[in-house]
Amino acid sequence: MRYHRWFTPWVLVIPALAWLLVFNLWPSINTVILSFTNARPIGGGYFVGLKNFETLLHDEQLRWALLNSVIYMVVCLPFLTVLPLLLAVLVEKKLPGITFFRTAFYTPVVASAVVVALIWQWILDDRGLVNGMAEKLGFISGPLPFLSDQWLLLLSAISLTIWKGLGYYMIIYLAALGNVGRELHEAAAVDGAGPLRRFVHITIPGVRGTMILISILISVSALRVFSELFILSGGKGGPGGRDNSVVMLIQQYSQGFEGNLGYASALSIVLFFVTVVPMLVLARLNRRGAEA
Amino acid sequence: MSVVTDPARPAVVEAPGKPPARRRGSFGFNTVSPREKVVRYLLLAFVLLITIGPFLWQLSTSLKGSGEDIYTRIPRLLPSQPTFSHYKEVTDTIPVLDYARNSLVVAVLVVGGNVIGASLAGFAISRLQFRGRRIVLGLFLATLVLPGEVTIISQYVTVREFGLANTLVGVALPGMIGALNVLLMYNAFRALPLEVDQAAIVDGANAWQRFVYVALPSVRGTISVIAIFAFIGAWDDFLWPLIVLTDPNKYTLTVGLQYLSGTFSNNPRLIAAGTMIAFIPIVIVFATLQRFFFKGVEEGAVKG
Repeated sequence: MRYHRWFTPWVLVIPALAWLLVFNLWPSINTVILSFTNARPIGGGYFVGLKNFETLLHDEQLRWALLNSVIYMVVCLPFLTVLPLLLAVLVEKKLPGITFFRTAFYTPVVASAVVVALIWQWILDDRGLVNGMAEKLGFISGPLPFLSDQWLLLLSAISLTIWKGLGYYMIIYLAALGNVGRELHEAAAVDGAGPLRRFVHITIPGVRGTMILISILISVSALRVFSELFILSGGKGGPGGRDNSVVMLIQQYSQGFEGNLGYASALSIVLFFVTVVPMLVLARLNRRGAEA
Repeated sequence: MSVVTDPARPAVVEAPGKPPARRRGSFGFNTVSPREKVVRYLLLAFVLLITIGPFLWQLSTSLKGSGEDIYTRIPRLLPSQPTFSHYKEVTDTIPVLDYARNSLVVAVLVVGGNVIGASLAGFAISRLQFRGRRIVLGLFLATLVLPGEVTIISQYVTVREFGLANTLVGVALPGMIGALNVLLMYNAFRALPLEVDQAAIVDGANAWQRFVYVALPSVRGTISVIAIFAFIGAWDDFLWPLIVLTDPNKYTLTVGLQYLSGTFSNNPRLIAAGTMIAFIPIVIVFATLQRFFFKGVEEGAVKG
C-alpha cells in the first residue's frame, strides 16, 4: 500500500538523478567517445580512430607515470594500513583532552593538499628545516636535493601523502574499533593476554573488513595522486618530466594550444583500468577471507 | 553481557573508589594506570609534534621579520621580530582576498546543493516505494567505483558546452550533488524505524511532511558530516578549478596559491603568509564543527 502519489518520489529523486546522468554517467561514456578524437580544449576536433591509443604505447612519460604510480601505491599501502590503526588505538581511550588530540591529528586531512605541499616544499628546501638540521647535526655535508632529484622528489611526495592520510584513516579505524566487542578484550585480559597479544588476536581480526576497505582506498588514491607531486615539483613533473603521475599528464593535456582532450581521454581510460585492478584484487581477497 | 571467565582466575570486580589490584603489564578498561597514562600522553605529544609541527613552522615563518635570518641552522620557532607585514604584502600584490571569496562562493554552492539534493533523494529511495527504486539505487552505487579524475576531461567538455568554462558556477556545478552523499543519506534514513513513518501516516502526514518533520530531524548528524565534508572538499579542491579556470581574477584560493608560489618563489615568508590565509579559515570551520563531525562518525556516517 502506498501513501503518496506516484510522482512524489520522482520529484525528490530527479535533481540527484539529473546530476548523476549529466556529470557522472554521460561523462563516462563521453570519455570513451572523446578518446577516438583529437578534441581541443577550446572546442572542435574530429575522429582519428585508434591514433591516441597507438601514441599511448610509445609514450615514455606515461611509462614513467605508471612506474611512479605503482611505487607510490606499494610504499603507501603498508604505512597507511598500519600506522592509522595504531593511532586509532592510541586515541580510542577517552583520556582528558583526547578530543583535542583527535582534532589535531585530523588537521592535515582538513588542510588543502596545496597548502600542505607548499609547507613541505619549504621544509624540504635546500636551505629548509630538514636540510638545515641534518647539516647542523653532521649527518650530511651538503643539502639533499629533496625537490630536484627524481627519486627523492617522488619519495618526498609519498611521505607527504602518508603524513596527510594518517588522520583520515585513523578516523575510519576509530569508528570500526567501536564495533569490536569490549567483552572480548575484557575476557582476554582476564585470561592473562597482554596489550600486544590482544591487539594482534582481537583488535586486528575485529577490524579486518575495515582494513581491506582502507587498503582499497589507499591504493586507489595513491594511483590518483596529483596535487602533492604537482606542487612539490613546481608543476613541472620533476627532472625531464619523470615525476609525473597519470593524473598530472591528463591535466597537462587539458590546457593550452598544445592541449589535446582526445589524448587526455585516452589517458583517463588507462587510469580507469589501473585503478580497477587493486579494487578487484582486494575485493577478491575479502571474499576469500570471509569464506575461510 | 556475557564475559567468559576462567574459573581458576575469577574476574576482578572493581570496587568503586578503591583502585583494583592488577597484574603488571595489563591495563584496565575503566581506569588507566598512572604509568600507562604517562606513556599514552608521551605518544600523543609525539604524534602531535609530527602532525601540527609543520603548520606551526609555517606560521612562524610567515611572522618572521624581513631582517630575520630564516635559514639558520638552529631553527627558531618563535620569531624574534614578529610582524604581519608579509600578510599585507601578499594581499597587496595578489588579490588573495578575492580568491578567498571565490572559494567561499564555490563552497557554499556545493554545501547547499549536497545537503538539499542528497537528503531529498536519499529520503525518496529509502522511505518511499516506487517502481525503479532499485535501479536508481544501483546507478548511484555504480558510480562509486569510478574515480572522479577519470571523467574530469569529459566533465570539462560538458561544462564548456553549458557555456560555464572559466566561471565559478562551472567550478561548483558538477560537485553539487555527490552520489556518495546520496548513499550516506539513504543509509541514515534507512536506519529510522518504519513504525515512526506508519504512525505519521495514520496521523495523516503526507510524504513531504514526513520528510520535514519526522525524518530530517533524526539525521542531523549525517547531514552535518556531509556539510562539513562538502565544504572542506570544495575549499581544498585543486585539480578541477585548475582545469576550469583560466582567468586569474576568478581563481579559487588553491589555484591562486599555486600562482603565488610561482611569483614569490624567492621569499618563503610571503608564501608562508599566503598558505596561512588559505589554511586558517578551514581550521576554524573544522574546529568549531568538530563536535558534530565526531558525533556523526560515532553514528556511522563515515565509512570511507
